[in-house]
Amino acid sequence: MRHAPGPYFGAYGGRWMPESLIAALDELEDTFEKAKVDPEFLAEIAELNRSYAGRPSLLTEAKRFSQHAGGVRVFLKREDLNHTGSHKINNVIGQALLARRMGKSRLIAETGAGQHGVATATAAALFGMECIVYMGAEDCRRQALNVARMQLLGATVVPVTNGSQTLKDAINDALRDWVANVETTHYVLGTAAGAHPFPAMVRFFHEVIGEEAREQILAQTGRLPDAVCACIGGGSNAIGIFHGFLDDPSVKIYGFEAGGEGVETARHAATITLGRPGVLHGARSYLMQDEDGQTVESHSISAGLDYPGVGPEHSYLHDIGRVTYEPITDTEAMDAFSLLCHTEGIIPAIESAHALAGAVKVGERLAAEGGDPHERIVIVNLSGRGDKDVQTAAEWFGLLDENGQVKGTTLSTRRHKGSSRLGEAQNEAAQDEWQEGIA
Amino acid sequence: MSKVADAIEKARGEARAALVGYLPAGYPSVQESIDAAIALARNGVDIIEIGIPYSDPVMDGSVIQAATTEALAKGFRVASVFDVVKAVTDATADLGTAVLVMTYWNPVMRMGVDEFSRRLVEAGGSGLITPDLVPDEAAEWFEASDKYGLDRVFLVAPSSSPERVAMTVAATRGFTYAVSLMGVTGARTAVDSAARHVVEAARAAGAPRVCVGLGVSTSEHVREIGSYADGVIVGTAIVSALREGGPEAVGRLAAELSSGLKRTTAAGA
Repeated sequence: MRHAPGPYFGAYGGRWMPESLIAALDELEDTFEKAKVDPEFLAEIAELNRSYAGRPSLLTEAKRFSQHAGGVRVFLKREDLNHTGSHKINNVIGQALLARRMGKSRLIAETGAGQHGVATATAAALFGMECIVYMGAEDCRRQALNVARMQLLGATVVPVTNGSQTLKDAINDALRDWVANVETTHYVLGTAAGAHPFPAMVRFFHEVIGEEAREQILAQTGRLPDAVCACIGGGSNAIGIFHGFLDDPSVKIYGFEAGGEGVETARHAATITLGRPGVLHGARSYLMQDEDGQTVESHSISAGLDYPGVGPEHSYLHDIGRVTYEPITDTEAMDAFSLLCHTEGIIPAIESAHALAGAVKVGERLAAEGGDPHERIVIVNLSGRGDKDVQTAAEWFGLLDENGQVKGTTLSTRRHKGSSRLGEAQNEAAQDEWQEGIA
Repeated sequence: MSKVADAIEKARGEARAALVGYLPAGYPSVQESIDAAIALARNGVDIIEIGIPYSDPVMDGSVIQAATTEALAKGFRVASVFDVVKAVTDATADLGTAVLVMTYWNPVMRMGVDEFSRRLVEAGGSGLITPDLVPDEAAEWFEASDKYGLDRVFLVAPSSSPERVAMTVAATRGFTYAVSLMGVTGARTAVDSAARHVVEAARAAGAPRVCVGLGVSTSEHVREIGSYADGVIVGTAIVSALREGGPEAVGRLAAELSSGLKRTTAAGA
């Protein structure tokens, strides 16, 4: 099951694209197919991963966090420690090298939370290429820090004011740019979605996450994990870590989608949970759409998960039952966000907080199966760090005054604006006390 | 032969290229889109292309996207396109105007390719132009279009390899849509020189009818392209006219554009 080459994953994938772009996709596919078996290319990737991106990333046991996950042992795959702060750098380095092989001097990208845009701007600087990043105007507001980072790295950020002004509209505008400038330009798609070869290619560059995690967990515990958890927007970090374990039937695999304000509301991004197969951005996959086939706007507190589609391989893995996909609400994610901050001293990306919240549930289920929970192992892909999300989190936890300035008090004494159990607990007791309260 | 092919052959018989006009259904209202399409037909447009407003129109420029976004915001439903097609074909039966629907693929998939095709035929539509469906992915559409006798207009681009041009031309019925440039829809100051090469490539691959679209907005463009292609497709300029002056302005523009084709014939004869 590992390393599926595309263009189809079961009934999903393919190339639902304007003819104008087919030649570019053919060229990319040809370049990628040759590169992935070229020892020189693979060595260059490995060297950049090691000496520039900081791989291998650590596998950290989260002992205090584990106490809140049914007592099972939780390990964090630390993609947050990569250069630029997320898994995105894996893919971007690979695609930039391919762009160079194709003789292209200009990189364009779309970005939601900004992490992929920052990674692309970074690679463009590293390889001396021009870089244009399309970003929804709403996301520019939510992720102003990352806009500044991209600009500092020399990229031009283009705010997209079409449609919902979020990730899907940024992809539309990036595709338009690509059609018009395809001779000089490579479109560095940021997730394992889009037309073939993007889903298989992006996964290839992220498979290192799963390969390392598998090796590390065996080395650190002598056995495979019981479960692997990751968050899913388009699904690139998830497909990367999943591929390390797809052929291990004893390992349960979970993908956690953005449940937003709840899947019973219209405000969520739970594509697999509530979508249905359709075509968007070049691939057939699960899609949030209305009865007319119009794409439905998604919602998540996490800009990086705020996408109405999902990579086609995830749709296939869902259909065959190999991976279990579940929604996590904004509130659940922010509870887990806070929990990791307080128990491990790690501020996660809000995207990754969805996986952490899922891991708490998975841990509780594993513990409920009986036996010593400490004998159970869960790996969570910590896909990114939360620097970019500090503003959002500060707003969520009520740390800002009416002028948007930090009030200067600690997280544990602030009133949570949501109705989560964690927020209530925080208001009732000192930190140690509420930790006991939610155990 | 299909109604679309008939319309092009009729123009050929008059020693001119055919004029193809695009309008989105439901903009600025369903009735006005019908009136505008009829105005096109009454003023020299041979084939009408009715676009289905779609949430993610990656091949459309800002003018058309603004129009389709407005139509969606006003509550346009995909099923309305059949009402538009029926009203237009009924009103232009005396002219023999062919009506094609231009649509991104997901709305068709959502309704069901067979169901969509059946309803299109019932409405008097001639076929589909599919900007994000290439023949490689079109198995269901082949089946339905054969079953219902619909034209399937695929696109060829300046970037298409000779192999892809040949494959696309072989899959196409009605006419081959030659994309004039690498880009999205929208008025341009000049027609890209690539257009002529795309037409030649399609002809060399055996295309009996080739029409050029994208970036065609003025009488001069129409005249120039009409001198070497079988048809000229105008979209953005018509949508702009509709936005600014309603169906009447659309009629005036169509008359101007079609007279350009006739002058070409006179000059070339």
